Amino acid sequence: MECVFGMVGKGFALVVADTSAVNSILVHKSNEDKIMVLDSHKLMGASGEAGDRAQFTEYVQKNVSLYQFRNNIPLTTKAAANFMRGELATALRKNPYMVNIVLAGYDKETGPSLYFIDYIATLHKVDKAAFGYGSYFSLAMMDRHYHPDMTVDEAIKLAEQCIEEIRSRLVVAPQNFVIKIVDKDGAREHSWRRTTKD
Amino acid sequence: MSIFEYNGSALVAMVGKNCFAIASDRRLGVQLQTIATDFQRIFKIHDKLFLGLSGLGSDAQTLHQRLVFRHKLYQLREERDMKPETFASLVSAILYEKRFGPYFCQPVIAGLGDDDKPFICTMDSIGAKELAKDFVVAGTASESLYGACESMFKPDMDHEELFETISQALLSSVDRDCLSGWGGHVYIITPTEVTERILKGRMD
Repeated sequence: MECVFGMVGKGFALVVADTSAVNSILVHKSNEDKIMVLDSHKLMGASGEAGDRAQFTEYVQKNVSLYQFRNNIPLTTKAAANFMRGELATALRKNPYMVNIVLAGYDKETGPSLYFIDYIATLHKVDKAAFGYGSYFSLAMMDRHYHPDMTVDEAIKLAEQCIEEIRSRLVVAPQNFVIKIVDKDGAREHSWRRTTKD
Repeated sequence: MSIFEYNGSALVAMVGKNCFAIASDRRLGVQLQTIATDFQRIFKIHDKLFLGLSGLGSDAQTLHQRLVFRHKLYQLREERDMKPETFASLVSAILYEKRFGPYFCQPVIAGLGDDDKPFICTMDSIGAKELAKDFVVAGTASESLYGACESMFKPDMDHEELFETISQALLSSVDRDCLSGWGGHVYIITPTEVTERILKGRMD
């Protein structure tokens, strides 16, 4: 029942994820951060098998840093997305990573961008993306209310509407959500939407 | 559901008089859910050679990257572009390499060969080539496409009429398939120019 979704606004991109770590009927913790900050201007929201998620996101983060150390220049969001797709595609027919990713980034030349990367390594650049059972609700909400060049406040309000919809309509809805944002000033945590304290 | 029907696709290529057209739908789905309505299925290899890849989106992207790589190497070695017939053989060989663990794609290859003679072909996911003189189809909407193309096709159409014919065939076929649609992407290639057009059909 993991929910990850994201959208692009005017000069920024937003990623929202639930923060529950679940094993069958037990909730281990409800403050698990599933949105990894890859580098100063990239956010990677991941959902799927817990072990694969942690392994793959850390692997990508370390390789993105390595590239920057070796070449003295950070990867563009598009390059990072293609690197991730390549790793997922190579592993697909051997030992697949069951991880779905929403990658948000800000580049000086091209502005904000959002990439949808399936666990089967399907890559597509999008304006709004969502994974999991929550996607049925959040994508529909975004289809209705999203428009290009939204302000941060409008986007946060839309994210809240999506979270409310998931909370009220998904049978085992996650308790807490974290919202992270990336813009020209960098990638950072924006806020939480809690129903339980952990 | 079959892995070929996971993302949904529709591809068609048609031959005209000294020209050809290749068209695809624009939907990217994950089974019943639509993810995007601007997915690119047709790729340019060089000015007179286009490749369409239907089937699993991930394998289509992998295959496209591998084929562009091979074509660039060919260009460096031979100092010219690949002929469509040669490229079709290359695609066939690359697909058959993975005979017992195939790419889940059905390519459609369309190009202008020697003397600007149009060439189209399709193959299955393990590289069985199917040359045709009139039209080739692929994707989840292929059965509808066969019917539509068979009835609408005429030999030796000029590029304007070819555009109309292929567009109507594509749109009417994807309307009968829930996994493909959300518009169309049509390329008309003549010896002198390449025209790319986006079609707006039933957006559902």
